[in-house]
Amino acid sequence: MTINLHAIDCDVHPTVPGMKALLPYLDDYWRDSVEERGIGSLESISYPPNSPLTARDEWRGTGGLAGTDVTQLSETVFGRFGSSLAICNCLYGVQLVFAEDMARAFTRALNDWIVKEWLDKDARLRASIVVPLQNIEYAVDEIERCASDRRFVQVLVLAMEEAPLGRRSNWPVYAAAERHGLPLGVHAGSAYRHPVTSLGWPSYYIEDYAAQAQGFQSQLTSLIAEGVFAKFPSLKVVLMESGVTWLPGFLWRFSKFWRGLRTEVPWVDRPPDEIVRDHVRLTVQPFDVPEDSEAAERAIEHLRSDDILLFASDYPHWQFDGDEAMPKAIPRALYRKILVDNPLATYPRLKEAVR
Amino acid sequence: MNIEARQPSRSSRTKPAIVDVDIHAKSSVEDLRPFLSNRWGDYLQTYGQRSRHGYAKGFPYPKGQPLASRRDSWPPDGGLPASNLDFMRHQHLDQYGITIGIMNPLSPTGQGDQNVEFGAAMCFAANEFQIEHWNRLEPRLRASVCVPYEDGELSRTEIRRRAGDQRFAHVLFMSRTSELLGKRRYWPIFEAAVEAGLPVGVHVFGYSGWAMTNSGWPSFYIEEMTEHSTSCQAMVTSLIMEGVFERWPELKIVLIEAGFAWLPALGWRLDNAWKKLKNEVPHLKKAPSEYIRQHFWVSTQPMEEPDDPEHVIDVMNWIGMDHILFASDYPHWDFDDPFLALPPKLTAEQRGMIYSGNAQALYGFA
Repeated sequence: MTINLHAIDCDVHPTVPGMKALLPYLDDYWRDSVEERGIGSLESISYPPNSPLTARDEWRGTGGLAGTDVTQLSETVFGRFGSSLAICNCLYGVQLVFAEDMARAFTRALNDWIVKEWLDKDARLRASIVVPLQNIEYAVDEIERCASDRRFVQVLVLAMEEAPLGRRSNWPVYAAAERHGLPLGVHAGSAYRHPVTSLGWPSYYIEDYAAQAQGFQSQLTSLIAEGVFAKFPSLKVVLMESGVTWLPGFLWRFSKFWRGLRTEVPWVDRPPDEIVRDHVRLTVQPFDVPEDSEAAERAIEHLRSDDILLFASDYPHWQFDGDEAMPKAIPRALYRKILVDNPLATYPRLKEAVR
Repeated sequence: MNIEARQPSRSSRTKPAIVDVDIHAKSSVEDLRPFLSNRWGDYLQTYGQRSRHGYAKGFPYPKGQPLASRRDSWPPDGGLPASNLDFMRHQHLDQYGITIGIMNPLSPTGQGDQNVEFGAAMCFAANEFQIEHWNRLEPRLRASVCVPYEDGELSRTEIRRRAGDQRFAHVLFMSRTSELLGKRRYWPIFEAAVEAGLPVGVHVFGYSGWAMTNSGWPSFYIEEMTEHSTSCQAMVTSLIMEGVFERWPELKIVLIEAGFAWLPALGWRLDNAWKKLKNEVPHLKKAPSEYIRQHFWVSTQPMEEPDDPEHVIDVMNWIGMDHILFASDYPHWDFDDPFLALPPKLTAEQRGMIYSGNAQALYGFA
């Protein structure tokens, strides 16, 4: 089908109402396990269900959850925000599961649920393949299983996993992603294998949410230092719900250390800031800029690229009020690139919808 | 970085007064022995220092060069970098006209040791050593109050011991504490520091015992270095969110060797989240970024160097030019040359503030 393109929303979140919803997508053994062991829900504390950030009040439905209904999501994202395509990133906590086989079963069910309950119901929806990094073979298998459905446009992992993403043991996932033309999407969230800070567990949820930005910094450091982009030159990485504005200061620091310590990582043959400009993209909600508009303008200038930002509403998370999903600070002159051109350049599979 | 020591290239007339808030005057373990009781001397001899990492000697991530020090900083007569006062004077203090230098001992100090009683004894020894071996001979060098920060009460005792002694400039923490710095276990230290009228310096490094990233252990030293700013982001967040500055409005925190370009973006992020999550932290009386602006000072090294030098000046303005302190990190490999490190476009007045004025105001140096 041909779509008249207005905007591509690169980060929306369908919500799994509970394990019951996944039962039809599990085999007998796992369906019995879920019922007999009383596994009711995999919701993660990265998004406590009732926290104000987790959903805008007006979007909460029965049981207080938002994003459980495809009609409501579509009306909001395509109707009110005016997008013509949207990428579903489901954040149900399958990454937190410890047992590898259970993780595989739940993740497969989740991806099948996304296809049946979302992609099949609205042709404007696309999705990310959730992968069980608990076992790399399983993760690769899941990419292979799902990738033939061209509506899957990305591989999804969390900003905090068991090991830094660049570690070589993860590379088969990147080989599979590259092979299928799928960017690696890294979304805020944690598998909670480690405290959300390198100094232990915080007291407050706001600290957990703030710490997501540190997770992204660490993952970028790891992906670059380990040589992922030297090994997989076509791989793109999309950082979602990262806050964005930590990036310039991070890159100045990392690039300075690279100049001093590059002999330790000889495969990193150019400065990290150049690598990021070629390989890394960031979605624009939330967009952590100061209220002062002149300072905000400077902060955007520090990014030194018109190509790295991708539009996203982060529906149903509460990042803004009203229907204007584009952060106010972003200059009009960049809209076309951020809304359309950059997403199309990042996700090769999206182009198939707009031919 | 690895530059050779140069002959003085500026006349004293054009040399600015410089307060260097980060000099790593070095002691050996043997140097501290005279200041340890027999009990702790024997313990040190038998069991050694045990940080929250696995190696009995050395570092979990091997440095880029021995002791992470400039190749030219090893004293010609032997000994470790920055262990010889005459050579330090020649290579650093006199070379650059340092008027005051704050010593931040990194190791051995007992800070972060698994055994806090031993840590307390070692901190006492490290503090005595700074006075006896350095400050007594070279009053330009001021000491840090090393504290066994994993124990609030033992730390309070050491701070009270040094309170009122003008030779001590600040209370010193390593940044990688075993819990987030705003937690209640550290409150006696803040209380004692405020009582003593001392700022609290937090120098990067140490080992928390937790993975160095919130996604597990990285592979490389370059990651360990880069990650200092992420652990400091969590630390600043914790101090604010736990309400430490509401409890001690006079508390001043100096971030040393943490870089600083990450700080404004952290403030924006916290402000944005706080607008939606205010009711979780009702003890905060103002936006998080306001606490940052009021209670945190940063040191310059390692100075961020964006392609466009104007960008780092933006960041300095956002932090506040009056909260930026010059630091060289002598004798370490990523030393910032006092004559070259600051962005050329700063005004003479701004340079004066960063080189010395801000530190004089903060520390009350005459």
